[in-house]
Amino acid sequence: MSKHIQQIKPVLTSILLASVAVVPMVSLAAVEVTPKSAPNAAVLTGSTFTPPDPSTIPNDEFGKMVQLGRNIMFESKKYAPQYVGNSLNCVNCHTDGGAMAGSAPLWGAWVSYPAYRSKNKKVNTFEDRLQGCFRFSMNGKMPPLGSEALVALSSYSYWLAKGLPTGDSKIAGRGYPDIPEPKQAPDFVRGQAVYEANCAICHAANGEGRMVNGTVVFPPLWGAQSFNWGAGMGSISNAAKFIYANMPYGQSYSLTPQQAWDVAYFMDGHERPQDPRWEGSVAATRAKYHDNKNSLYGTKVNGVLLGDTGAPKPFNQ
Amino acid sequence: MGGCTMFLFRSVFSLRSLFWSTGLAVMVVGSAVARAAPPPEAASCAACHGAQGAGQAAANFPRLAGLPASYLAEQLHLFASGQRQNAIMSGMAKPLSSEQIKTLADYYSGLPVSMAAPAQTVPADLKSRGEQLAMLGDWKAGIPACFRCHGPGGVGVAPAFPALTGQSATYLDQQITAWKNGTRSGDPQGLMHTIALRMSDADTKAVTAWLAAQKPEAAVMGKTNQAGGAQ
Repeated sequence: MSKHIQQIKPVLTSILLASVAVVPMVSLAAVEVTPKSAPNAAVLTGSTFTPPDPSTIPNDEFGKMVQLGRNIMFESKKYAPQYVGNSLNCVNCHTDGGAMAGSAPLWGAWVSYPAYRSKNKKVNTFEDRLQGCFRFSMNGKMPPLGSEALVALSSYSYWLAKGLPTGDSKIAGRGYPDIPEPKQAPDFVRGQAVYEANCAICHAANGEGRMVNGTVVFPPLWGAQSFNWGAGMGSISNAAKFIYANMPYGQSYSLTPQQAWDVAYFMDGHERPQDPRWEGSVAATRAKYHDNKNSLYGTKVNGVLLGDTGAPKPFNQ
Repeated sequence: MGGCTMFLFRSVFSLRSLFWSTGLAVMVVGSAVARAAPPPEAASCAACHGAQGAGQAAANFPRLAGLPASYLAEQLHLFASGQRQNAIMSGMAKPLSSEQIKTLADYYSGLPVSMAAPAQTVPADLKSRGEQLAMLGDWKAGIPACFRCHGPGGVGVAPAFPALTGQSATYLDQQITAWKNGTRSGDPQGLMHTIALRMSDADTKAVTAWLAAQKPEAAVMGKTNQAGGAQ
């Protein structure tokens, strides 16, 4: 029932020490009786950067655009409805509205673009990169370059990155922290057990999340309302890194790396909206975009040939 | 008399099962039947929690009405096992069978949420920190926003996350303190225990004062419509 008293693994000892250092208010006595987890994703990244506090967003025209960007991060469909095709909000994968180190912070991305990306084999500007989020992670439509949504998100990212040296694409805290390679190949059945014990209470047994009165509280992890097959989170390795550092909420680094890999495999071993780069068949789409060990697209998992759902459905706002 | 009540209760219960199987929305049926005939066990609860399960803010008896049934049932089991320590509730919960616990939990979950204005207002010096913790959290300290799991406005998300609105500041404060010092445990995955340990006394005071001052009418939304399937 309660997991508080579970044996603390050696790897977690350093996390506990780190969490004491980062959060002085946690007393030593408290740490002894409990966790097993770090307060946030930043703890193991070595990040020392502190983005500005949202209360300091300037009260002027620029500040309004920064605030709109922040609003889009928290309530994506409400503030950018014409570009969002699912139930997700940016904040689901960018903790604290894109401010948290180790949770793909926007400040880390801001100082790293323009950059060449193997994903589309060209140099991407920051706006190009944001377009990809809407097309894949939000299963929606790319906001045109120069559109208000992209100006707002760029303004917010720029504002968050205040004081950071530009061009440092290796800055500590960028993206999701690396995770050790799994000792055993990631596994669907083991992943399901991890999911049921740690994730289902929020994301539901069927992975479709939970809503209250039409508002998504816990995001769907697979199915029609989740990210599509082209999204970064569809890569098992990316998902494992995110989960290890960020999930469950308030219990960063509480899963073992193996558990994170297994549950990432389980999540990405389910059906989701078609890759918008559809090449006319599952095999052709896998060959062109998914031919690597981190994508289960076009492979058979749990008896299902993933991605075999026909052409992408047209975007409906 | 007692036998008669039990008989009535059984009839109502089977009637309810019948409605269940006919596919009517259980929420509607549950509420209607519950209002018509409280189960006999509820008489003991009403003395403190009120006939409508609205609680008594002044005495820090919590609201039960409209909270998720599985959450309510779990609390009775935890009171009985001692994982949630409370002298009165332990005595109340221990004699109950699992079936009686389920009946009570379903009954109170089906009651309408009180629409009364909040009895408490948030002191000016606590407002800003309280609102921040409830709506945005303090991720530097490892404290997620209350609303991130308890739903927008703190209306609750079935089956595991109870509403935070319509409870007194003192009751909420007592719970965070109990998680901190270990007199309340058994929360799913230790989620609240973990968070409570990261909250200072000032944080606890601010966020509970802020939550207690929120309009409870938002809480009528506290039913889960899960996207695409059963729980």
